[in-house]
This record gives sequence, C-alpha cells and structure tokens, in this order.
Amino acid sequence: MKIIVGVKRVVDFNVRVRVKADGSGVETSNVKMSMNPFDEIALEEAIRLKEAGTASEVIAVSIGPEKASETLRTALAMGADRGVLIKAEGSLEPLAVAKLLAKIANDENADLIILGKQAIDDDSNQTGQMLAGLLDWPQATFASKITIGDKSAQIVREIDGGLQTIETSLPAIITVDLRLNQPRYASLPNIMKAKKKPMDVKDAADLGVDITPRLKVLNTEPPATRKPGQMVGSVEELVAKLKTEAGVL
Amino acid sequence: MTSLILAEHNNLQLAEQTASTVSAALALDTDVHILVAGADCLAVAETASKLDGVSKVIVADDPSFAHQLAEPMAKLVLSMADQYDAILAPATASGKNILPRIAAILDVMQISDIVEVIAPDTFKRAIYAGNAIQTVQSSDAKKLITVRASAFPAIGSGEVADIETLTVTANNSSQTKFVAENLTSSARPELATAKCIISGGRAFGSKEQFDTLLIPLADKLAAAIGASRAAVDAGYASNDLQVGQTGQMVAPDLYIACGISGAIQHVAGMKQSKTIVAINSDPEAPIFQIADYGLVGDIFTLLPELTNAL
Repeated sequence: MKIIVGVKRVVDFNVRVRVKADGSGVETSNVKMSMNPFDEIALEEAIRLKEAGTASEVIAVSIGPEKASETLRTALAMGADRGVLIKAEGSLEPLAVAKLLAKIANDENADLIILGKQAIDDDSNQTGQMLAGLLDWPQATFASKITIGDKSAQIVREIDGGLQTIETSLPAIITVDLRLNQPRYASLPNIMKAKKKPMDVKDAADLGVDITPRLKVLNTEPPATRKPGQMVGSVEELVAKLKTEAGVL
Repeated sequence: MTSLILAEHNNLQLAEQTASTVSAALALDTDVHILVAGADCLAVAETASKLDGVSKVIVADDPSFAHQLAEPMAKLVLSMADQYDAILAPATASGKNILPRIAAILDVMQISDIVEVIAPDTFKRAIYAGNAIQTVQSSDAKKLITVRASAFPAIGSGEVADIETLTVTANNSSQTKFVAENLTSSARPELATAKCIISGGRAFGSKEQFDTLLIPLADKLAAAIGASRAAVDAGYASNDLQVGQTGQMVAPDLYIACGISGAIQHVAGMKQSKTIVAINSDPEAPIFQIADYGLVGDIFTLLPELTNAL
C-alpha cells in the first residue's frame, strides 16, 4: 500500500503573528517556519502504518516555494521514504493545491492519502475534502483513530458533540485531527540519512493545472482589541458588577 | 439571486447555527432556501420553514442521508446546484466536511468561516487562529461559503415558508458506511450555542475536582461547561468540551475562565465572548489581559463562594 502525505510549510505555531502595517498581509520574513502541526500528525500516522507492515511506501509531497524542500527534508528525517516538491510561488489556494495533489495521486497510483485537517496559517479546512471530490474518492475528515483493513479503512472522526465511526473503501482521503497521535522528533542519525533520500522536484506550471487565485485579498488587519477590563477584589463585587454593569446575570 | 443553506440538524432538531447562517445569507441580498437532508426529518423542516426571511424549505428524506455523510450529501447538493448563486453551511464539523467537496467539483474556491459580509462577493474571515482578519473578494460565479455562526445573530421566526419534498432516488454509495456514533449526552446547553459557559483549566488538578467545583456552578447559571486544552490533555474533561483554536470556537454572553492561564490557542476560541470573567491565582496570567473582570485567588475557595452567591 502506497501512502501520500501532504506537508505544508507554515509560520511556526509558537510564533505570535504580526499583521503588516500596510494591510498587505502577515509578516513572514525572518519568522521561524515549520511543518504544519496537523501535517506532522498525518505523517506520523503514515510512518506508523509502514512500521506495522501495512504500508509499503510513504511519499511526502509539499507544494510551495523552493524553501518547502526544508519541510520535505524534515518529513524524510521523520521517516518518509521519498519527497516530491511542487514548486509554486505566491499565494496558493486549497482548490489549486487539491488539483495539484490529484495529479500526483494519479501519477503515483496511491492507495491512501493522509492530510492535516487544516493548515494553521489560512485555517481553510478544505484541501482534503476538495481532493476527495476531484478524485471521486471517499473521505474521512477529522480522524482521531485509523484502522486499515483488507480493502477498507475504519476511521473514528471527531464531530460536534462526540465521535463518529465510519468505514470507507480504498483508495481514500483521510484528514487528521489533533488527538490521533503524538508525532516523533527526527533523530540526528535520521536527519543525516534524510539528506540521501530521493526528492523529486517539479514545477506547478508543468503539471497543466491553473493555480491562479480565485480570491483577491483586499486587506489584512489585526483583530479588534477588547476594551480594557478591571480587577475586582471579591466574589461579591464580581457578582454585583455582572448584574449591574455587564447585565449578564 | 437565490442561495441555498445546508441545514445543521440531528434529524430531530434544527441547530441554532442554521438560523445564524440565514442572517449571513440575507446579507448577500438573496432569496433564501434551506435544504434539510436527513432521515425522518420532517419536524426539522417544519422548524426551518418558520425562520424569518426563508422563502422555501426543501426536504430530502431518505435513509441514505441519516448521518449526512459527505459523499451522498455532495451528490444531492450538486444535483440542485445549478439553481443557486450561493451555497452556504454553518462552519460546524458537518458543514466543514461536506461543503469543500461540493466546491471542488463545481470548480469554486470556497470561502471558509466568514465572520462578516461586506458585499455579496466580499467577506471577512479570520486567519492564523483569529490573529488576523482578512477581507477577500471572490471572482467565482457561484459562492460557496461556510459561516462562523457565533459571528452572526440567529434570525427570529414567524412567517411560515413552503416546504417542498424532493423525490430522491436511494443513493447507497459503496464508498462510505456509517458504523457508530458516540455522542456525549448531557442535559446542559450545547457548547457551541450556549449563552453562558464556565470553563476550567489545568489548575483543577483532577477530574473529580473539575466536576465537583464546576458542575454546581454551571447548574446555577444553566451554563455549558468548557475546558482548556491543558485540562483535556490531563484527562479532566472530554475532547468535545475543549474551547480553542483546535476545539470549539464560542461566543457566549458570559464566559467564566477558571484556572485557565490563557494560551493563545484557547483565547482564539473564546475572545469573541461578550463578557469575559477570569479567575486565576496567578495575577500575571495572560487571561487577565482579555478579561472584562478579573479576580485573583484560589479557585478552590472562590468557586464554591461564587456558586453560593448566585
């Protein structure tokens, strides 16, 4: 079984993002970049499936600038067998990413594609579902447990108010939620070994996919700030203020 | 211009997020239709037909829609998509699951989780977990939109719209099968739509103390109980109670954060609340920076005191 995992290079989740003063976007130069945390979980799951003998090969795919090759090297150091970099500059929307991934899925004859449920930069939560639609494959989003059977997969999904278990035929698209697993750190020897693993580099323009953005970003602004609050000295004071000032009790 | 809303429901009740999505659809200056797809869901359709501003409710009642799996739902919506200029769903687990699949097949770039309608083709949405707000203009002929329900008022009800029943051919896709559902049953209000939420953090120290201190207080206020990710990871509360970027986004009238330090990802999920109260023993805790009312002290003495004072 061949598994493709998508890995996106994003601003590290520990960085407090700053909106540029001219409203043109979020500051990304001289900011620490990392693999999207949900993609790390997707990759960890794929590597575990390989270690368990279920998967034969794990291919990490990243779409973005040349620098996304660093994210792919991290994926290779964690345990992916090979990497595919699809070079594309500028803003890439989920629809374009899904179209490019669909090409790779067909070229590679993948049996399973595992993606993070969303990227922590644009928070769209679309790529996996779009890819499933384009390929006409079944989808299982927000996975917190994955069991691969003979010709099917059973997935426990995190839904509003609890958990749902579904079974899909294969090939399928699975997007993963936070609690599926705890991703490993790449060890130093594995980081060294990763340098020798194969990485295919393609150009998005050569894949015959129109990646022109459909959404025009008119402005990016910081969120509205709340008005300053006040400290209260006791429970009585708090209850009184909630009743009279805030009017919420 | 006509828009179609995918109703959020459990075959028995219409979720309030649908009424908020109607507000967003009306801001697009469109006629609003609601699609209720489910099994034995006529009661839901009747509730939906009473929402103000809705001109038609379409019911697709078939066992294949019982769990609203993405594959049959997408097929159904695609079969009627031609008639609509916009297709909307609340940004719930279900809406987020279904709508992008439809968008891709229609070759439309979806606009996710909008918080404001500026014009029928221009919207505001939060990126970077709410740390930046983007204004985007769509060039697609058809708009596919998920709506952050907490950012729009729930529309009222009054006039009754027509209900049209759709004849659906059974669509038992072999791609996906429902196996089981394990929902937390509770008499409490739903976290996503509660008017008041009491949330607990790591400071509680155990599940027993989390329950002992928070349940009586929540009962007094008819509030939903929430938790920080730290409390969930420590096993004090179940996953579905988590408020934050990676959990539920909430915006109640009153949010009381108890023993929660105020990590960025938690704050992203609750800072739209109207009034925020923070109770924490650490006066330097970042949660106080966004609180309207802060009280420094020990939750183990202050919470019972608060429960008694109400």
